Amino acid sequence: MPMRIVVEKVSYIYKKGTPFETRALDDINLTIEPGEFVGLIGHTGSGKSTLVQHLNGLLLPSEGNIWVGDLDVLSDKGNLKKIRQRVGLVFQYPEHQLFEETVYDDVAFGPKNLGLSPEEIDVRVREALTMVGLDIDSVKDRSPFALSGGQMRRVAIAGVLAMGPQVLILDEPTAGLDPKGRDEILEQIAAMHRSLGITVVLVSHNMEDVARYANRVLVMHRGKVVMDGPPRQVFARTKELQSIGLGVPLVGILMERLKELGYNLRTDVLTVEEAGKEILDWWRDRNNA
Amino acid sequence: MLKDITIGQYIPGKSLVHILDPRTKILSAVIFMIALFSVNSPLGYVSMGIFTFLVVWLSQIPFHYLLRGLKPVLIIIVFTVTLHLFLTPGSEIFRWGILKITVEGVRQGVFMGLRLIFLVFITSLLTLTTSPISLTDGLEYLLSPGRKVGLPAHELAMMMSIALRFIPTLLEETEKIMKAQMARGADFESGNLWRRAKNMVPLLVPLFVSAFRRADDLAMAMEARCYRGGTGRTRLKELVMYNRDYFTLFFMVCFLIYAIITRYI
Repeated sequence: MPMRIVVEKVSYIYKKGTPFETRALDDINLTIEPGEFVGLIGHTGSGKSTLVQHLNGLLLPSEGNIWVGDLDVLSDKGNLKKIRQRVGLVFQYPEHQLFEETVYDDVAFGPKNLGLSPEEIDVRVREALTMVGLDIDSVKDRSPFALSGGQMRRVAIAGVLAMGPQVLILDEPTAGLDPKGRDEILEQIAAMHRSLGITVVLVSHNMEDVARYANRVLVMHRGKVVMDGPPRQVFARTKELQSIGLGVPLVGILMERLKELGYNLRTDVLTVEEAGKEILDWWRDRNNA
Repeated sequence: MLKDITIGQYIPGKSLVHILDPRTKILSAVIFMIALFSVNSPLGYVSMGIFTFLVVWLSQIPFHYLLRGLKPVLIIIVFTVTLHLFLTPGSEIFRWGILKITVEGVRQGVFMGLRLIFLVFITSLLTLTTSPISLTDGLEYLLSPGRKVGLPAHELAMMMSIALRFIPTLLEETEKIMKAQMARGADFESGNLWRRAKNMVPLLVPLFVSAFRRADDLAMAMEARCYRGGTGRTRLKELVMYNRDYFTLFFMVCFLIYAIITRYI
């Protein structure tokens, strides 16, 4: 059953009533449609992490309400468990939450909490580990602490996938990984988005990643959503993005420089491949003319 | 929940309490404690209360901040007061079954409760108004005479400052891991005692792992800056005692003498 998430006039105030009081979210209105791949970008402290923790009810809004399908986070505490099962949240450095003796048990922790039968748990664990590209038979009996950093992260992501979420939120899933590990994990997430049709929200600092995978980009600044649209539109607003301390994909900057130098090129490219094609096309046109 | 723990938190400010030398503040806190435990009369407790609130007022720390520091020890206070209330022998004023409340019990209970509350207030104020660095510097200085008898003053002070420094970090970490496990359906709030204890495993294991990792990183970072303990170490900011410090200490000694006198009048 596809589900949309509706964020309605949500504000969140940290440390209310102390000298450190801050308004982390400020009147946010947002609808995330089923099957979207949303890229969420923003400066450190812009409220990205706070927002995503609201989407599965880990933080409750100080004002406003959030609907996940037909359930809302405020009316009933019993809803929260269902919401957390529907909306899987992978935290930053998720490998820091591993605790079981074996990889298998750790991934099985979520489904066990859902009260599933051992057979169902087994199916879920195998599926989840396969989805993140790990070979079950070689890792399932190993201690999660004996794995490499990249593998630990995959196990942790599998632990959330095993909950069977319809919406998957990832907070900086590639932080601290090498380029190869980063590409592999993002490719697997994109593949899951395509094959399972789940909604994905990707929080990232990396404009290239967001440009490549997302079909909608949200930009946050000081607790507000300041831009919302397809990546091509959002990343075309280079000056505005730079004024709030964000960049655009490097190829975008390259294309803009080239245009300033008098080459008649499109500047709304998102990936290196696209930029390469655009430059080649331009080259051919010029040679033909 | 965890946010309520204010131990070791420091709120910067420019009040008289803030600018006193840390040694003065530590010594004053110790003297206050001795005074607090030597008073034994209504007059004594009223004086202690006035003194406490005067210092709170001088420090300009918002009062609800101190109240929040009281929350974690509330159970201990309630427990102590109840025990004194029911178990002190004396002239009865109320009896229900084997439980009886005596005049002495009420008196003792109220005194003990106040004693604990003032104690928490003053010790909280010490850390709320003193940055961890100056607190450790002060402590190291005060402990240094003990070096002659083999007391590792510098090491103790360093350990204390590291411990204080990591309280908020570990609390933050705890909250983060709790959330991560709650996202996987963990439940920390319901079930009987045994179940709850068992449910803590997914929280405690990652917490220990991360504490050890942090300790390792910190040791490495200190070694990388050639940290070799206290010998021959100099300071950028030497501690200086001003007149206000001597005056404060003089006042505290007088206050202690006064507190002892209230016992006998």
